Amino acid sequence: MSPGGRRLVSSAVGGLTAAAAILVVCPLLLIFGFLLYQGVSALNPDFFLHLPKPVGEAGGGVANAIVGSLIVIGLAVAVGLPIGILGGVYLAESSDRRLPWALRFVADVLNGMPSIVFGIFAYTVVVIPMRRFSALAGGFALGLILIPIVLRITEEMVRLVPSALREAGLGLGLPEWMVSLRIVIPAARAGIITGVMVAVARIAGETAPLLFTALGNRFWHRGLDQPIATLPLQIYAYAIAPYDDWHRQAWAGALVLITLVFLASLAARVATRGRTLAR
Amino acid sequence: MGDGLYVNGLRAWFGDTLVLKGVDLTVAPNAVTAIIGPSGCGKSTFIRCLNRMHETVPGAKVAGQVLLNREDLYAPGVDPVDVRRRIGMVFQKANPFPTMSVFDNVAAGLRLGGLRRKSQLQESVERALRHAALWDEVKDDLDRSGVSLSGGQQQRLCIARALAVDPQILLMDEPCSALDPIATGKIEELIHDLKKELTIAIVTHNMQQAARVSEWTGFFLLGELVEFGITKEMFTTPGATRTEDYITGRFG
Repeated sequence: MSPGGRRLVSSAVGGLTAAAAILVVCPLLLIFGFLLYQGVSALNPDFFLHLPKPVGEAGGGVANAIVGSLIVIGLAVAVGLPIGILGGVYLAESSDRRLPWALRFVADVLNGMPSIVFGIFAYTVVVIPMRRFSALAGGFALGLILIPIVLRITEEMVRLVPSALREAGLGLGLPEWMVSLRIVIPAARAGIITGVMVAVARIAGETAPLLFTALGNRFWHRGLDQPIATLPLQIYAYAIAPYDDWHRQAWAGALVLITLVFLASLAARVATRGRTLAR
Repeated sequence: MGDGLYVNGLRAWFGDTLVLKGVDLTVAPNAVTAIIGPSGCGKSTFIRCLNRMHETVPGAKVAGQVLLNREDLYAPGVDPVDVRRRIGMVFQKANPFPTMSVFDNVAAGLRLGGLRRKSQLQESVERALRHAALWDEVKDDLDRSGVSLSGGQQQRLCIARALAVDPQILLMDEPCSALDPIATGKIEELIHDLKKELTIAIVTHNMQQAARVSEWTGFFLLGELVEFGITKEMFTTPGATRTEDYITGRFG
């Protein structure tokens, strides 16, 4: 091929990849812009500080849903994070073949499972025995979704740590568990935290598994064994209601949700800068 | 003082492949023993058997004896972790812990082994860094990241890290293969000084290096020890034609 032709092909391919990359971020920008446009008019201090008002009264806020979301996500993380991370380290470090293979397969199936199934499961094993909807049931359902995501991401990140580091630790006479905990996991820390943030962002927006576990609540919750409001549930309730004011609040709620997730990711990125390997 | 190692009938496998076919060799105390041979001859595997690192690879097996102070390191009940504390290792590519500072790298073995007292740690770290001839270059900033050092410094950092836990024997697996001649020269000087206090076994691709640093040399080929003897004699009057062919550069 002539140099001119080669240059032409090169710039054409370069242009195509750039266009594809821009297309990828377009939906995000569009969604965010649309949320701003629709929701910003309902955003005011009241929105963050007050409870929802009864139908017909203007104003009110979603303070209880914001707090509720944080609580339910906190519960899910408290349950799911240690299990997911430790399990992921096991998958990456185990010299056994069969059990990790089976676990990996199950985790992948779970990752592909519609989230409402987790809700039904949590309903069956938590809500029915307790005879009430609760924050605990919601946290349990979200925790179940969180575990396989964190598990697989942790495994991948731990695998990225060069085996030379593992050998350095073993060669120093450190037992294997200590090499994993003190050398391998810290080296994979940034990647693991990024992965955890992806997982948290995912569960923060889940609505279906909360419909018949956390249920929702128009007031402050009165204990973890009580129904609790969360942002996605509130958005859902407002969006399907026939009132314009509520629609505006639903948009604003979505805007707040996205912003919270965005800020959390950003904080994680900042916190993990520095002496790390992957990512 | 260093201790010697007595290797009897050492065989090693990767899966079903026999890569060491029965090696008998003595690593003399307070001396440097060089292991030479072409790629794939089993010299790295051999040295990794001496501190039970070989078995950390999935599917790897070892048979035979390695005696340290008349104790078989492969006897049942011997803890490989304990063996590796007594027999340190430096690898081909410098591998400082990337999340740790220079100080923490050197202190890692001691700290993770349970030593907590700050003054004691500082003393040990300084001593190890001095031993590794790195102290003067890093003493002003022990908090900098270990991976921010140059390649040669990183390798000496790894040597300091291994020395900090006070091993009797130091194994070096081609420690200079990724370094330039100046950095290599420093490490060779270091090896010369270190053998006063411990025993060294070094795998090397570089025959001049083996001739320069070692008292004893073992020549490996296809998983067998072809010849073992005093370095000077082996390089001037090799006993086996295969050794002669290799050290005169006819193959490998």
